Amino acid sequence: MTLSSHFAILVVVVPLVMAPLVAVLPSRSGTPWLVATLTAFVSFLLAIGVTQQVMAQGVLLYELGNWPVPFGIGLVIGPFAALLLLVITGASLGALLWGRASMNQEVGEEHQSLLYACWLLATAGLVGITITGDAFNVFVFMEISALASYVLVSAGPSRQALTATFKYLVTGTIGATFYLIGVGYLYMMTGTLNMADMADRLSQVSDTAPVLMASGFIVLGLALKAALFPMHAWMPNAYRYAPTIVTVFLAACSTKVALFVLIRFDFLILQPNLGDHALLFTTILMPLCIVAFLVGSTVAVFERDLKRMLAYSSVAQIGYILLGASLVSSAGTTAAILHMFNHAIIKAALFMAVGAMVLRYGSSRISDIAGAGKSMPWTMAAFCVAGLSLIGVPLTAGFMSKWFLIQAMLEIEGIGYLVVFLILVSSLLAVVYIWKVIEVAYFQEPASMPQGEPPRLISEAPMPMLLMIWLLAIANIWFGIDPSLPLGLAGMEVQQLLGASR
Amino acid sequence: MTPTSNLVVTALGLLNYWVYIFLLCVGLYAVLVKGNYVKRMIGLGIFQSAVFLLYISMDKVDGGTGPIFQGEPVAGQIFSNPLPQVLILTAIVVGIAVTALGLALAIRIKEEYGSIEEADTQRMDREA
Amino acid sequence: MTFLGFFTLAFVAISAVLAVTSRNLFESSVWLGIFSLMMAANFFILDAPDVAITEAAVGAGVSTVLFLGALALTAEHEHVKEKFRWLPVVVMSVLGVVLLVVSFEQPLLGDYTAPVHQHVAPWYLSETPRLIDIPNIVTAILASFRGYDTLGEVIVVFTAGIGVISVLGFRPKSKSTLRGSSLAQRVRGVQHHAVLRVVGKLLIPVLMLFALVVQFHGKYTPGGGFSAGALFAAAVMLYGILEGADKSAKALPQLVMLRLAALGATIYSGVGLVAFFKGGNFLNYSVLVTDPLAGQYLGILLIEFGVGLTVTAVLIMIFNAIANRDSY
Repeated sequence: MTLSSHFAILVVVVPLVMAPLVAVLPSRSGTPWLVATLTAFVSFLLAIGVTQQVMAQGVLLYELGNWPVPFGIGLVIGPFAALLLLVITGASLGALLWGRASMNQEVGEEHQSLLYACWLLATAGLVGITITGDAFNVFVFMEISALASYVLVSAGPSRQALTATFKYLVTGTIGATFYLIGVGYLYMMTGTLNMADMADRLSQVSDTAPVLMASGFIVLGLALKAALFPMHAWMPNAYRYAPTIVTVFLAACSTKVALFVLIRFDFLILQPNLGDHALLFTTILMPLCIVAFLVGSTVAVFERDLKRMLAYSSVAQIGYILLGASLVSSAGTTAAILHMFNHAIIKAALFMAVGAMVLRYGSSRISDIAGAGKSMPWTMAAFCVAGLSLIGVPLTAGFMSKWFLIQAMLEIEGIGYLVVFLILVSSLLAVVYIWKVIEVAYFQEPASMPQGEPPRLISEAPMPMLLMIWLLAIANIWFGIDPSLPLGLAGMEVQQLLGASR
Repeated sequence: MTPTSNLVVTALGLLNYWVYIFLLCVGLYAVLVKGNYVKRMIGLGIFQSAVFLLYISMDKVDGGTGPIFQGEPVAGQIFSNPLPQVLILTAIVVGIAVTALGLALAIRIKEEYGSIEEADTQRMDREA
Repeated sequence: MTFLGFFTLAFVAISAVLAVTSRNLFESSVWLGIFSLMMAANFFILDAPDVAITEAAVGAGVSTVLFLGALALTAEHEHVKEKFRWLPVVVMSVLGVVLLVVSFEQPLLGDYTAPVHQHVAPWYLSETPRLIDIPNIVTAILASFRGYDTLGEVIVVFTAGIGVISVLGFRPKSKSTLRGSSLAQRVRGVQHHAVLRVVGKLLIPVLMLFALVVQFHGKYTPGGGFSAGALFAAAVMLYGILEGADKSAKALPQLVMLRLAALGATIYSGVGLVAFFKGGNFLNYSVLVTDPLAGQYLGILLIEFGVGLTVTAVLIMIFNAIANRDSY
């Protein structure tokens, strides 16, 4: 048995094993960052390896301990999971490469070994959720990533980080526990925890009340974790007060994993077995998603803080993703998967650019970054590119997502046209809040200093940061022109999902 | 079976679950309504423990014993289900992990804000 | 449903309500401890001895100590605002009613024909003697069949440990030394109670011995790494409460505990990785040595040790961090 046959498990084991080692490294030497980044790099390579294997074989299966599923735990990696693995490990690596200076400034050098250990644990947790085929295992890894995220967020420089983390902790635990309750009822009615097995056995007890209620609990719990409106209240403050490097990472992938589990549960287990369920899913979720992207974009317009503005923008984007999934059509699901990938690179780029400005200006209020167009031209240019992608201008990744989403909506007569109109409204709102930042950065003079003080010298972002920001900005354009990677994987996944449920 | 005794049997068979529902509501209510951070952790703990009761109630088999072989396995011996127990062992540990972290946060909040009441911290954040 | 079961359930419900409604937070914590203990009793009645031990040690023991320690540093009384918020009450009632109505379609307690008992459970009961050959089936599933979950659990414990250190040990010491020293006084205050000290100290070695028994005998009797770790940590906490938390922190320094916790987690994943080199999948113990059953035995022994080590170290670390808040 060669090593490559174990890639599936290694992609979670590598960060999991390295985390305790990072925790005991001395903080002041800078080695924690180095070791963590190397580990993230290895994980990213493994994710690429896994993706290649999935593209060749269609789905990867792996039995832990060589125990047959469903008596042991099995890993199941399909195309969607592979894409998400790339996003998670890529975001982890990217944020680390970007954020060393930011971490040193916001958090200081003490206790960094513990934080970087938590970073690896969060990565391992998110990866673990994505690759597993066992419903309870999802819960365990969900808690690993959640706990690690709470620690990371709490390290923010201001005291509001503490209250934000507390709210995040309480909401996240309620969400995870709701998920656990749902799994408990499903287990009660099927006698198994393996997701594929559950799908099989559910057909015998479908449409009984406990099963319907279980679905409700699971969807509710995962929606809480995914920050779907109206359960998004924990997110803006958590993203605002966390260290910026943490926000880059979490914004790119943490809510998406919850959405992934939700979509997977829905298609694999609930869809085929609950007769009129498809209708329920759409009628309940679709309005919520529409409200999500309208409210998210609107609040973002009025926000005066850059990080919180982008957080509300994320609330809107999550609405788009789930909107595609709620249609339960191949076009809709393709759009959802595509946008999960695209949003990650859009938001990562935006937060990285904003983070560079926070580093130099020492503040994340929009009014404080006046004149950034002149002092930090490259950073602002990247922000513009990513901003255009967020709005959905042609030739950008964001445009691709919106295109597919609109096409999926147009398949539905009547309501579809209304929703398309609303999507366009929301995109216009995105123009407004992106323009707000651009206007302040390019067309306003830097804040004047009190009498007698020399003007503040703001230099461009440090080179490592700048390189990462531009890498992602270019990625936005690349995937806007050639979306074959995410699109191909999405197509494969849709075939499997919708083929399996018929 | 008369309807009343049927109902009584059902009630006895579901009593565990009704208690779990009650605890769920009590715990969740405390988390949502109380403003004191430590009280909310207490509520969270009760909420999580309610779920343990749900799972463990599932494992009981009438006439069974704990799933441990005493000596040689005897044919026809009834055991209760071991799987929910395994799951809840994990869940208990997760629960204490969350509790410990939440309490640590509450301690720091007290130091930074001078109070562990949400009303006070929100007021101070608004004034900032 | 025996009378004992009925009694413990009633007590569980009552203590939960009292824990939530009491305005004195110390009282709430004690009620929470009683709640956990009654839950543990209930678990035992429901044929789950492993879970009962763990819930008693963790919920009634460790958790209560942590709450009391945290309260000593925060506040004793809760300020209750008089506003009555409708939305949570409505949400709770709806939730409760829905759950209640649904409960009538569930299998009844103890029903042998329920789906839960059909598929996977009989397989475990019949195959464990052949594949793993240890009497405690719960340990067999926990440590071997679903060992991947348990690895995740150890990591959760580890994360909590470094999380608490990161949160508490992060900024300079607490601003008010007065508050801190009163905590130390409160903790050392037990020293004046001779009866407590003498009896308590007698209990410590017994607890530790019991913890070791639970750890290594977990294959044959209820027990295993988690309960053992919690019991061992409880013994250390008892020492800290009786003699002063600064003494327990000196005896078991934080950095050492951190390294032990990391070691425990590494042992667990290390065993899993060794399986690679022997030709099996991750966490396959059967390939560790030539005889599969011996391999299972060895694997379970090692990982349970790793679990116990990490749980002990982390719980002690958390206790020391909270109890020594002024002198961290």
